[in-house]
Amino acid sequence: MNPTQLSGAASTRRSHASGALQRALRHYGGIVVGLIVLCGFFWALSPNFMSVNNLVNVVMQVSIIAILGFGMTYVLLLGDIDLSVGATMALVGTVCAFALEHGASPLAAVLAAMVTGLVLGAVNGSLSALLTIPSFIVTVATMGVFRGLAYLTSNGVPISIDDDRFAFLGNGLVLGIPLPIWILAVLLLLNHFVLSRTVFGRKAYLAGGNREAALYSGIDVNRLRIMIFMISGLLASIGGVLMTSRLYSAQPNAGIGYELDAIAAAVLGGTSLSGGYGTVLGTLIGALIIGVINNGMNLLSVPYFYQLIVKGIVILVAVCIDVQTKKRHA
Amino acid sequence: MNTVLKPRPTVPLLELRGIAKSFGPVEAIKDVSFSILPGRVHTLLGENGAGKSTLMKILAGVHAPTRGEILLNGSPATFANPGESQKAGIAIIYQELSLAKNLSVAENMFAGHEPRRLGVVDFKRLYAQSQALLDDLGIDIDATAPVSRLSMAQRQLVEIAKALSRDASLVIMDEPTSSLSDREAGILFHIVTKLTAKGAAVVYISHRMDEIMRISDDISVMRDGRYIATLQKDQTTIGALIAMMVGREMSDVYPRRETPYACPAVPLLKVCHLTLPGQFEDISFQIHAGEILGFFGLIGAGRSEVMKALFGIGRPSGEITMSGKRLKLRNPAHAIREGIAFVTEDRKHEGLVLMHSIANNVTMASFEEHGSRFGILNRRFERDETANAITRMNIRASGPFQAVGNLSGGNQQKVVFSKWLALKPKVLILDEPTRGVDVGAKFEIYRVIRELASTGTAIILVSSELPEALAMSDRLVVMREKRVVHEFSAHGPTQEEVMSYATGAKTA
Repeated sequence: MNPTQLSGAASTRRSHASGALQRALRHYGGIVVGLIVLCGFFWALSPNFMSVNNLVNVVMQVSIIAILGFGMTYVLLLGDIDLSVGATMALVGTVCAFALEHGASPLAAVLAAMVTGLVLGAVNGSLSALLTIPSFIVTVATMGVFRGLAYLTSNGVPISIDDDRFAFLGNGLVLGIPLPIWILAVLLLLNHFVLSRTVFGRKAYLAGGNREAALYSGIDVNRLRIMIFMISGLLASIGGVLMTSRLYSAQPNAGIGYELDAIAAAVLGGTSLSGGYGTVLGTLIGALIIGVINNGMNLLSVPYFYQLIVKGIVILVAVCIDVQTKKRHA
Repeated sequence: MNTVLKPRPTVPLLELRGIAKSFGPVEAIKDVSFSILPGRVHTLLGENGAGKSTLMKILAGVHAPTRGEILLNGSPATFANPGESQKAGIAIIYQELSLAKNLSVAENMFAGHEPRRLGVVDFKRLYAQSQALLDDLGIDIDATAPVSRLSMAQRQLVEIAKALSRDASLVIMDEPTSSLSDREAGILFHIVTKLTAKGAAVVYISHRMDEIMRISDDISVMRDGRYIATLQKDQTTIGALIAMMVGREMSDVYPRRETPYACPAVPLLKVCHLTLPGQFEDISFQIHAGEILGFFGLIGAGRSEVMKALFGIGRPSGEITMSGKRLKLRNPAHAIREGIAFVTEDRKHEGLVLMHSIANNVTMASFEEHGSRFGILNRRFERDETANAITRMNIRASGPFQAVGNLSGGNQQKVVFSKWLALKPKVLILDEPTRGVDVGAKFEIYRVIRELASTGTAIILVSSELPEALAMSDRLVVMREKRVVHEFSAHGPTQEEVMSYATGAKTA
């Protein structure tokens, strides 16, 4: 018998284990090395970089981008894109402030925010799936609409919030660690589980890899797309709540450009823009790379204009390396 | 002996000497040496994965050989890219169509070398030259028509005309007839004759033995990346060629039923007066458990459209009943729940997620219903089902996580089959299940079809290969121009009888 042929469950199980490790290395090896190199670089130039305080600070700063990036991972791996998440954050923030102003409890305000996020996502998803408009166009349009609504509900000025319990969400410490980091960790585990271990996640990968084949295999692709945009909206609303809480105010111009950082984080983390590949763990590492670059350059007092240029170049280089290694393995 | 008085030239047009090509550790072809003579049709024969396509891509300048040399008209030649190969007079017609659908036939034919005037495309000359070439080749297509309006078969002919729009001394055709009906295949053979009469060499790749024996002058056989032999057609037989190709004797390609088929009294699936305007008209038939019902017809007869309707795509009028229950199929998911499975004609676009693993693809249609609990995937199901599929279908792969896109056509088709077998369907629709599949894999697919029928699965076999449709089916439905024109009962018809209905020479 041909040695490359597999006969029984035993050999299959063996290659499952070694296959998983190989795939993890192939998937994350490059960008983890990149992250370590970046950290080493900044550590060498600025010893403060590796202090526990600063590292916690980095994670804290990227938590919102990473949470948006998780939602973006779902959308991208389906071969879609969601450019409205930054505007969703702002609109959700004003909804929160509005609810608190009118005497809602913080819990009710957060729930209202999350429901808003789900509804906004459902709008994006339905327009893309049912009217078959490309999601790029749909979300460019709704990005404007959501942002406009945020300005309307807030009259264009920040609404300040003085509710200590609400402020705790973005600023409080639990066991000495900022609450947003806990939320980030929980969302990471939850979304990783959904994508890797559930029927829903598997459907997303299959439909992203080949929409026709998924349809022919009995997957309701339209429903799936709507649900995935709802997840993106929900995660954006959580990001919006955290930001509103941290700033003690809802700002209609909050989160401008965050959709692009979220996309960059996902793509740095190995998510394919054409669909079919992507993990939230990768996206988190991608977001950390962006955060480390921002933080390190701040520590080195690099002027902001240079920071933008450096960040852009690093993203290009990282994605180039990634594309090259994937090509070699294909 | 040779009745055609064609003297065998002695000076080769192209000579391959010790060509080898590796992709990483994998040796796709090893030490291939043979010569191609001008004015002759040289068929390259081998199972999928034998290395034919790789060899052709080397000639096309897509791949560079790892070792060996190519002599063109006696002097060494290297093709660094497809442009250089074209300039050297090599034209390739690929299996996968490479036309821009939004452009006209003429624009496609002359893409990259359009006739120009003052730097801009001279459309008048472009259309005139294209139409002249099409007419000359005997292809009845309007050069100004957009490619998107042509049928698959017509597109294939345009592809050929495109390759011939440049003067070529070596024309390579990779399975050109796989989507052609007999009439269009006839046009193709005519073109081949014309080319060789002008002194060009045609390298022909096909799995259809009858057409190979019809048009070839020389036949080279490859197996497992190795060159086996080159024979002149009149000095060999189909049996000998197949034996050389698979490395074993193939006594009977079509496995017979082990026990005679006992048809149950009550049909499993009944289709009455199914109509979808423009697609098919008044289709009625029935199928019993354990039966193999063949559907034969020429390309465009409407068979695939009927099958899609049975799978919940499109809303036809008429009735579909399964075990006495009326079905109103809303979508494929609904059809699958009712026990209908569909191996589509186009496995790459409708059957598989090429970038995903064998495991993902094999469980693609079944993981929700059989491989999960409370929405959470059961990994054991995936592992067992995949191991099972690899053994049962004899899928040749490096492991369950190999990407399906890296498998050969035959092995990909086995993965599509496994996907549906994991569901244990009541009705399995097979649309051209052996297209582009080599002889060895074909045999395995036939074996599985027989096995399924013997366990009670009703099988609808849509096929354009008449010998296959006749040998495998218990009954045979013939369609022509969107209607059912005849139904043959078991063991009846000859190929000629069936063809006369399919072509309209004989009507019901």
